Amino acid sequence: MFAIADCNTFYASCERVFQPHLNGKPVVVLSNNDGCVIALTAEAKALGIKIGAPYFKIEKYAKQEGIAVFSSNYALYGDMSQRVMHVLSRYAPKVEVYSIDECFLDFSGLPIDLTAYCLNICQTVKQWTGIPISIGIAPTKTLSKLANRLAKKGCSPSGPVLDWRTLPSAETVLESVPLDDLWGISRRWSEKLNAIGIHNALALRNSNPKEMRQHFGVVLERIVMELRGISCIPLEEMPPAKKQILTSRSFGEKLTGFDDLRSAVTHFAARAAEKLRRQNLATQALTVFIQTSPFDSSRPQYSNSATTEFDIPTNDTAQLINSAHHGLQRIFRKGFSYQRAGILLPDLLPAGVVQATLFDSADDLDRSEQLMAALDTINRRHGKKSIRYASEIISNKWHMRQQFKSPSFTTNWQELLTVRI
Amino acid sequence: MLDLPLFGSKIPAGFPSPADDHLEATIDLNLQYIRHPAATFFVRVQGHSMINAGIHNGDMLVVDRSLEAISGSIVIAVVNGELTVKRLIRNDSGIWLMPENPDFQPLLIRDGMELHIWGVVAHVIHSLQP
Repeated sequence: MFAIADCNTFYASCERVFQPHLNGKPVVVLSNNDGCVIALTAEAKALGIKIGAPYFKIEKYAKQEGIAVFSSNYALYGDMSQRVMHVLSRYAPKVEVYSIDECFLDFSGLPIDLTAYCLNICQTVKQWTGIPISIGIAPTKTLSKLANRLAKKGCSPSGPVLDWRTLPSAETVLESVPLDDLWGISRRWSEKLNAIGIHNALALRNSNPKEMRQHFGVVLERIVMELRGISCIPLEEMPPAKKQILTSRSFGEKLTGFDDLRSAVTHFAARAAEKLRRQNLATQALTVFIQTSPFDSSRPQYSNSATTEFDIPTNDTAQLINSAHHGLQRIFRKGFSYQRAGILLPDLLPAGVVQATLFDSADDLDRSEQLMAALDTINRRHGKKSIRYASEIISNKWHMRQQFKSPSFTTNWQELLTVRI
Repeated sequence: MLDLPLFGSKIPAGFPSPADDHLEATIDLNLQYIRHPAATFFVRVQGHSMINAGIHNGDMLVVDRSLEAISGSIVIAVVNGELTVKRLIRNDSGIWLMPENPDFQPLLIRDGMELHIWGVVAHVIHSLQP
């Protein structure tokens, strides 16, 4: 038996934990750079706000209606996510952290009343972390996602928990579920399925799995079987190692100068290198890219990228920055307003699977490793920006717009929750 | 994070140091004072209403949300959406949030008031540096 625990409006809930006066009030969270709405509470939804709405379009309305607006605060959300996952992992022998706010639990072999058990989980997660969650229980992962969805919509007599097996008529429910609402069904697939007369989850369940496999592949065949209650998608306890790393961002204001862009890509390269080392990976190549706004047709457009390959896979910050600079020099053109830049590390290997070339001494590799370890330790202990490469701070024009960011309540001594007593 | 000491002597040649049998892990404040890391939050206080409980202006509280609030616990409470720190007292006359300073008034939770216990204060960290 599987379950999926899903945090309710996770980002907004994180904000509410530390600002309880926002409970019951409309809250929205904006994307990087305060671009558009990426999370919103039921109260905000009721006021007509939609996911994806550009902030400048709703700004006036939000003020007028007293909607609380936040820039995204990933330091906070990441820490709160870890807390939730930690509590959840106490309740099941096997868990799969599926995203920042979702976690699959494997309840196989637990001969208990799962609804009561899960209600207890919801209550504990809420008490320990302040985050409200919902849980869907079912014989397959696909159905557990669906049960969770129904629980969130308020269709369960047990509040935040719904066990698929307790539904009076699974057929009626499946018939009312559009294909787009199913886990793993893309928009493109649902259009294709619609075209051959399959319009809802019940029709898909009753379709011929072998035929589905022929037309769409094994993934859809599995979904059909899972809708029938036959588990085909096991729990992945170890997430597959990342194949690539992308750090990129749209800029708060458009950049025209070489130094501004150089500062930005230096930062991206440094972050990417940190990510590599945290996962004990090394990259074989680095791509740097820059682009003007594709939506601004009044100005000349340009985008380009440059890729450097390394003789030896590396995760050394200095080396990545160096190749980012060389790449940028090759592709930078004067006279354009750049809106976005980034670093892509396309091909990753476990660090240590390193073939030294004839000209590298083992000492050099050692020294780089020690230097990077020291850099990471200092930055972890004293805050992300304690030690940086100078080219990162030549310009700060590229920094994100985060007008409404809440403090990093749980990860920074200087920003702890303060209570007046 | 738990720091483990390195062994005190090199083993390969000669006899091991007699002290190696007595090595223990270094003392870790986290292990002693943070029993439930997922439920523990640090909170800074501003104000003087809890001075007789040893909570001074500017102190830091270690709040363990997994602890059950009982009568007598010092809690972070949310009253009508506002956070505060007080001693929780439940008795025949009702539920009270008690200050620990005679200059402040006790608060009786009346009908229609919303009280939510955010967490139980497990420890105070008070700096003695001037």
